[in-house]
Amino acid sequence: MNTTVATTETETKTWGGGNQPLKASYGKMMMWFFIVSDALTFSGFLAAYGFSRFKFIDSWPIADEVFTHVPFFHGNYPMIYVAFMTFILIMSSVTMVLAVDAGHHMKKNAVTWYMFLTIIGGIIFVGSQAWEWGTFIKGDYGAVQTKGGNILQFGEYKTIDGEKVFKRVAVKDFTHATEKYRTEHERKNGLWFVQESTLPEYSVEEVYAGLAANENVLVRTQIINEEGEKTVLSRAESLKQIKDNGKLVVHGANLQVNEYGSPLFADFFFFITGFHGFHVFSGIVINIIIFFNVIIGTYERRKNYEMVEKVGLYWHFVDLVWVFVFTFFYLV
Amino acid sequence: MAHEHKLEIFRGLLKFKSNTQKIWGVLIFLSLVTAVEVVLGIYKPESLMSQVLGMKGLNWIFIILTIVKAYYITWDFMHMRDETKALRRMVVWTAIFLICYLIFILLQEGGYIESVYTDGYVKRDF
Repeated sequence: MNTTVATTETETKTWGGGNQPLKASYGKMMMWFFIVSDALTFSGFLAAYGFSRFKFIDSWPIADEVFTHVPFFHGNYPMIYVAFMTFILIMSSVTMVLAVDAGHHMKKNAVTWYMFLTIIGGIIFVGSQAWEWGTFIKGDYGAVQTKGGNILQFGEYKTIDGEKVFKRVAVKDFTHATEKYRTEHERKNGLWFVQESTLPEYSVEEVYAGLAANENVLVRTQIINEEGEKTVLSRAESLKQIKDNGKLVVHGANLQVNEYGSPLFADFFFFITGFHGFHVFSGIVINIIIFFNVIIGTYERRKNYEMVEKVGLYWHFVDLVWVFVFTFFYLV
Repeated sequence: MAHEHKLEIFRGLLKFKSNTQKIWGVLIFLSLVTAVEVVLGIYKPESLMSQVLGMKGLNWIFIILTIVKAYYITWDFMHMRDETKALRRMVVWTAIFLICYLIFILLQEGGYIESVYTDGYVKRDF
């Protein structure tokens, strides 16, 4: 009899509810599981990027030649700006974790300030990303797209410090636009429900004429040679390629064309950094809500700051994803 | 809330006095790793450009450093170090297993298609 009673008691303890084997609250655990599923979504995107890159391994754009701009500075600075963005995001992760820590000690003022700094960091990051997008969409040198969808870029050999270096030349530096054969169809001067995308500034014939007139300009293809650089064609081959295969003059990047190389590169760039940027944006919104809750003292009355910890998890996850995006888009 | 924090990183090599101090320590470490990545990315040392396991040696270094950074963000910023073993494994092992599987499948297939383009008779530059 005694033994039976004892067993029942243990059973009540284990199965009677209120038991937390993971020692984490429901909300925090669910945030973790959400993060796992979101991590799988992002790795799906990044793995798809890897798939396309492996598919076109010998002609993929070189990131160092694509992202070379820094706001307010002219010149060629690969990696610098994106390193700055990474640092901003890591920094805002630090202020977030400091906010969580201050929350554990019930320091309302400290939490408020750290949340505020986190939000500022997030806003700087999203703004930088918007600038990065703008620069990428605008493009810099321009290129000619072939009938097969490949990209032909231009440049010339220059001697810098006794070394022969291939320097890119912008299409507009050697091409002169002749009279346009037709004007762009806009809504306001035609059928109001029909419009077309902007016509290219130059036709391929004009680029060919410019190339023929400038003896030192050469064509560079997408193909990566043994030295890990893009192949530069001979003068005769350059003229032949533009004449026979040139189809469209492209400038900048969008979802259809990309002056830096494969359009897939631009597609994945917009999609993955866009999806990540959307996460940062929603993270900022959630942070702002929590920030005001902290100010009005909601968590002070609740006697714990666990909500700050939960949004903190989300915010760190956004940082975590960026670490991978940074590696696979800019470094590798 | 009485929260217990484990205060040592690098397998106990470095022990901090408080949680705040550990956060700054991890920040310094992460910034260092990022700085190394950026410097390697700009200068691309010739000695690291040889092929190792189907990829440039430098790319392997980048990937390993990224995983190191991810580890410290998860373990120290997201406090995974302080969670129970069961929660940690539930989250980490599941994600790692599925991601490895996905990457293997897609990269294998991408490499195969590339080989068809290069060695086969498929013309894609018209």
